[in-house]
Amino acid sequence: MKKYILTGTLAALLTLGGLSVPALAGPEDVVVENAWSRASIGMNRPGAAYMTIRNTGDEPVTLIGLTTPLAMMPEIHETKTNAEGVSSMSPAGEIVIAPGESIALEPGGLHAMLMRLQEPMTEGDTFPLTLLFDDGGEVTVEVPILGIAARGPED
Amino acid sequence: MRRRAILGYGAAGVGAVALMLFVGWWQVDGPGGPEPVGQRPVALTEMDFRLTDHEGNAVGPETLIGRPTMAFFGFTYCPDVCPTTLSDISGWLDDLGDEADEMNVVFITVDPERDTVETMAEYVGYFHPAIRGWTGPEEQIARVADGFRATYERVPTESGDYTMNHSASVFLFAASGRFVTMIDYHEPREFAVPKIRRALEEETEGAT
Ligand SMILES: [Cu+2]
Repeated sequence: MKKYILTGTLAALLTLGGLSVPALAGPEDVVVENAWSRASIGMNRPGAAYMTIRNTGDEPVTLIGLTTPLAMMPEIHETKTNAEGVSSMSPAGEIVIAPGESIALEPGGLHAMLMRLQEPMTEGDTFPLTLLFDDGGEVTVEVPILGIAARGPED
Repeated sequence: MRRRAILGYGAAGVGAVALMLFVGWWQVDGPGGPEPVGQRPVALTEMDFRLTDHEGNAVGPETLIGRPTMAFFGFTYCPDVCPTTLSDISGWLDDLGDEADEMNVVFITVDPERDTVETMAEYVGYFHPAIRGWTGPEEQIARVADGFRATYERVPTESGDYTMNHSASVFLFAASGRFVTMIDYHEPREFAVPKIRRALEEETEGAT
């Protein structure tokens, strides 16, 4: 049986304290670090969120989806750039994270695509994003919203 | 007798190989070949298009002549690649400091249906002040992309909207309008900034 760490409250507290989401370590199997997103202009455009998801357990974990009150259709997407330099993005499907491995959701690669926003993403706010795993486990992370021009979690 | 026959076949063989090579060249590189993708843009002086910048000014390739130019394609409904490229460019411009003042920096939309002049104005306002946003009628955007040898394509999404696949490289032109080089998406900053300097230096050489 895998255990999941609920980082939401802690991250929210630290975010309110003016800190970015910290590296969370512990005996739990799935750890989400360095979550961040960009502010949106209004609600018509999709948003994107980024983070590192680490499997600290002994068994593979499979990320199957996302939920958030912020967006009606959150989904893991992958951006690819082909040999001609043309970028495209599409749903990434299920993502298996091997024991001891991590996956990076980062600009130009995997991202949490936040389609059909329910409210604008405002710089300085945070929103909860829940990662859904194939065994029914969930991890909720509080994602800080940075500026539109942010380049990474530290910006 | 026998030997002559072999020579005959040999000559026919050489002829056949030569024909195959010629046909191959014609289809791949020659005038019979398809337009190759990913090739170099033409010079700005050879381009012909009319667009509008985010302040409502009429612009075209001639607007860019006289100063080095950094240009790239995108759209403001793009959640990942475009804000990343715009922030990368803003970072490069910060690194260049005063040198960047001598440059045109142009973000050209491939989604004119949603990216009106007002939309472009609001969007570029969040990034480095040197970045200009250009939009225009679809057929003019197509002409720009053609000159840059760039591609774009409208793709429906599951949410009922659409997204745009597009060339994500940043194109660099000298002040003369000559294409210098491009910065590929994901290229580290330590490569990008020297490439921009190269485009800037060409101008200096031309001026002295
Ligand atoms: Cu996406």
